[in-house]
Amino acid sequence: MTLKNLLVTVGMLALIGVGASAQTLVYCSEGSPEGFDPALYTSGTTFDASSHPVYNRLVEFETGTTNVVPGLAESYEASEDGLEYTFHLRQGVRFHSVDGFTPTRDFNADDVIFSFERQRLADHPMHNASGGTWEYFDGMSMADLIASIEKVDDYTVKFVLNRPEAPFIANLAMDFASILSAEYADAMLAAGTPEMLNQKPVGTGPFRFVAYQKDAVIRYQRNADYWDAGKPKVENLVFAITPDASVRYQKLKAGECHVMPFPNPADIQAMKDDPGINVLEQEGLNVGYLAYNTTMAPFDNARVRKALNMAIDKQAIIDVVFQGSGEIAKNPIPPTMWSYNDAVEDDPYDPEAARAMLEEEGVSGLNMKVWAMPVQRPYNPNARRMAELIQEDFAKIGVGVEIVTYEWGEYLSRSRELDRDGALLLGWTGDNGDPDNFLAVLLGCDGRGSSNRAQWCYEPFEDLIQMAKVTTDVAERTALYEEAQVVFKDQAPWATIAHSVVFMPVRPEVEGYKVHPLGGHIFTDVGLSQ
Amino acid sequence: MIRYLLARLLTFVPTFLGVTLISFAFIRVLPGDPIIVMAGERGLTEERYAELVTQFGFDKPLPVQFWTYLTGVLQGDLGVSYVTKRPVWDEFFALFPATLELSLCAIVFAIAIGLPAGVIAAVNRGKLFDRALMSTALVGYSMPIFWWALLLIIVFSGNLGWTPVSGRMGLLYFFEPVTGFMLIDSVLSGQSGAFGSAVRHLILPTIVLGTIPLAVIARQTRSAMLEVLSEDYIRTARAKGLSPLRVNGLHALRNAMIPVVTVIGLSVGTLLAGAILTETIFSWPGIGKWMVDSIFRRDYPVVQGGLLLIASMVMVVNLTVDILYGFINPKIRARK
Repeated sequence: MTLKNLLVTVGMLALIGVGASAQTLVYCSEGSPEGFDPALYTSGTTFDASSHPVYNRLVEFETGTTNVVPGLAESYEASEDGLEYTFHLRQGVRFHSVDGFTPTRDFNADDVIFSFERQRLADHPMHNASGGTWEYFDGMSMADLIASIEKVDDYTVKFVLNRPEAPFIANLAMDFASILSAEYADAMLAAGTPEMLNQKPVGTGPFRFVAYQKDAVIRYQRNADYWDAGKPKVENLVFAITPDASVRYQKLKAGECHVMPFPNPADIQAMKDDPGINVLEQEGLNVGYLAYNTTMAPFDNARVRKALNMAIDKQAIIDVVFQGSGEIAKNPIPPTMWSYNDAVEDDPYDPEAARAMLEEEGVSGLNMKVWAMPVQRPYNPNARRMAELIQEDFAKIGVGVEIVTYEWGEYLSRSRELDRDGALLLGWTGDNGDPDNFLAVLLGCDGRGSSNRAQWCYEPFEDLIQMAKVTTDVAERTALYEEAQVVFKDQAPWATIAHSVVFMPVRPEVEGYKVHPLGGHIFTDVGLSQ
Repeated sequence: MIRYLLARLLTFVPTFLGVTLISFAFIRVLPGDPIIVMAGERGLTEERYAELVTQFGFDKPLPVQFWTYLTGVLQGDLGVSYVTKRPVWDEFFALFPATLELSLCAIVFAIAIGLPAGVIAAVNRGKLFDRALMSTALVGYSMPIFWWALLLIIVFSGNLGWTPVSGRMGLLYFFEPVTGFMLIDSVLSGQSGAFGSAVRHLILPTIVLGTIPLAVIARQTRSAMLEVLSEDYIRTARAKGLSPLRVNGLHALRNAMIPVVTVIGLSVGTLLAGAILTETIFSWPGIGKWMVDSIFRRDYPVVQGGLLLIASMVMVVNLTVDILYGFINPKIRARK
C-alpha cells in the first residue's frame, strides 16, 4: 500500500468512525434476551430488546410516566357498561423488512387480531409454534377476561369483555400486547419456520432488527418509515451485552457505551463525582415487603403484626442493604403511581411500644421464621442481610428469629402454601402502572395460595379494590385506592419495607433519555449531541 | 500402537454413557422446578402448570425421560432449550468457537511462557530468578480470577486505554460469522482493522484465563526438570561435553515432558471452569456463561446437553494426551 493510499484509507476510517459515533447509540445491556417475541417471556431484559425497539402496541405508556397514550390505535372508546372497547387504528403504518420478508401491505386490523388470538386460542396455528408459554397473557387472566375480538373493518377492532375491568387499557400497553405482523407469521408458517417470529422480529416500532449475535451484540437500525415523525433520533442502536456491572461502568467510562443500566450501588457516588457521567435517577415502580402469614397464630392478630412492624428499623435497612439506593415504603404501592396516599402515616420505629403492645396481646417468648430470598431483586438487593437486620430488631423486643431460605424456584412455590410458617421477604415490580396490579394481585382474596403471600383476605379492603376494578372513572378509582391504603396500613398484613431508587448512568452527550418507571430502557426519543 | 489406540477408544463407550446419565441426573437432583422458575414472582395457575408439565414430559417416569433423552442423544438430538426455544446443538455451536478460540489462546500463552520459564528456573535452581519465578507462580495460581480480571481492565482499559474493556470485536465492524473464530472471520470479512480489533479484544481475557495454567505449567516443568537433571544420564551427557543447551533442551526436557503434558491436558478442564468467570467478566459470548445462565433458569436440555458436550471434549483431550504419551515415551506404547 502506498503512503497516499494509506492516508486515504485512514482518513476514510476516521470519517466512518466519527459518523458512526455520532449516529450510533450503544447501550451496555445487562443480559441476553431470551428471544424476540415479547409475549413468550416476562423479563425486562427481553422486553428491552424486543417490545421497546421493535414493536408498538395499540396504546403505549408515555416514556418516563405510567400514563397511557395512543399507539397504533389513534383513539378508542369504551361502552357504558365497560364491556366493549372499540379501537380506531392508525393508517399508513409500515411493518419492517428483514432478510427473507418484505411486507406487501400496511398494518391493519388483521395484525391486531392475530397478535391476541395466537395467545388466546389453543387451536390457533401459532399457539404452540414457539413452545406456547404465554406467561403474561395467562398471568393477567386475559383469556378469562376477553370474550371475543372482532374486526369491524380494516381499521376498527372491537374487544368484548366478560366483565368490566378498568385496568384493561393499561394491560394493552404492556409488552405482551405488542402487535406482530400477521402476514409475516403466515409467510413463516408456510415456510415451516414459525420460530422465526421469535428469532427475527418484524414490528412497526422505532427500530428495525438487524442482527443478534448470541450473548454478544444486538443491532438495530432506525425505522425510516416510523409513524411518529421525527423519531427515532439515532441511525443505529446497538446493545453490547455486558453482564458484569463493574465492567459496564468501565465501558461507560471508556466511551464504549453511552447508557448502562443497573450500576453497583457502591459505584454510584463515584459516578456522580465523575464529570464524564450523568447519573439520572427515579423511584422504581416496586415494593419490597415482609409478609406475615395472616392465617396462622399469632400473626392472625393485626395488633401483633403492627407491633412487629414497629420494631423494624427501616432506615437502617435503607442504609445498609440499599446503600442509599432505596427509600422507606409506607404504602404497598410506590409513590410514582397514581392514587398513592401520601397522607398515610407509617408505623413509627419504637421498640419499647412494640414490646408493650406484644405483651398486651399476651404474646411472649415468640419464635418465628423469617424467609430470605436467595436472589437479588430490584426491590431487595440483599435479602439475607435484610433478614439479619430484622432478626436483630426483633431480638430487641424478645422475638426470636430463625432465618430460612430455599433455592429460588422452591422459595417461590413453598412461599405460596397456605400453612407456610412465619413471615417472608419478597416484593413486586409493577407491570402496567395500575394500582390494581399491586393491590388486587398481591392483597386480594383471589390471590391467596398464589401471589398473595400474606394469605390475607379482609372484606373491607376487598370491597374497595373490587369496586375500583369495575369503575372506569379515574377520580373515583383514586378515592377507592386511597381508602384501601388506609385499611391496609391499619391491618398491617405486611411490613412495607422499601421502594428501590433506579439509577441510570449515561454519558453527557446523551440527550433526552428518561428513566422509565415501569423499568424498561427505551431509546425512541434519545439523541446524541456533537 | 493400534492396539493401544483401540484399547483407549473402547474405554470411551462406558465413560460416555456414564456422562450422559450423570448430566441427566445432575440437573434433576438440584432443587427447583423449571416451570416455577420460569413463571417467577407472578406464578401460574394449576391448569397451566399441568399443561406445561405434560408439554415438557415431566409427567413421565424418570427412566422413561432418560430413555427419550438417550435415544435423542444417540441420534444427535440434544433437545430444545426451554427458554430460547432453539435446539441445544445450534446454540452450542454458535457459542463454542468463542470459548475454543479464547481457550486455545490462553493455553498457547500459558505454554509459551510457562514452559521456558520452568526450564530456566530449574537450570538456575535456588538463584534469584528461580525464587522470583516460583513466588510469582504461587501468586498467579492463587489469584482470584474475578479480581485479577477487573484489575487488568481498570489499569489497561480504564486508565491507560490500551485495550478495549470487553467484547470480542469493535462495534464498528459488523460481519456475519463464518467459522465463529473472530481471528479468522475478521480476516475473511475483508474489513480493514477488524483483525487488529479482534486481537486487541483477546489480549486481556487470554492473560486472565491463561494465568492459572501458566503458573501450574511453570511449576510442573520446573519440578519435572529438576528430577530429570539429577539423573545419571544427564551427568553422563554433561561429562561427554555436550553443550548445556543440548543437555537441558533435548535430553532433559524431553524426559520431563510426560508430567508436563499431563498437566497441560488437565488444564483444559481448568480452562473450561475458568472460562465461566472470564467469559462473564469480559462479556465473552461463550459456553461458560451460557451454562451458568441455564443452570439458574433450570433449562434442563441446555444443562444436560452442554455438560455432555463439554465432558466429551475433555474426554477427547485426555485421549489425545494418552496418545501423546505414546509418542513421547515408547515404553508406554510398547507396554499396552
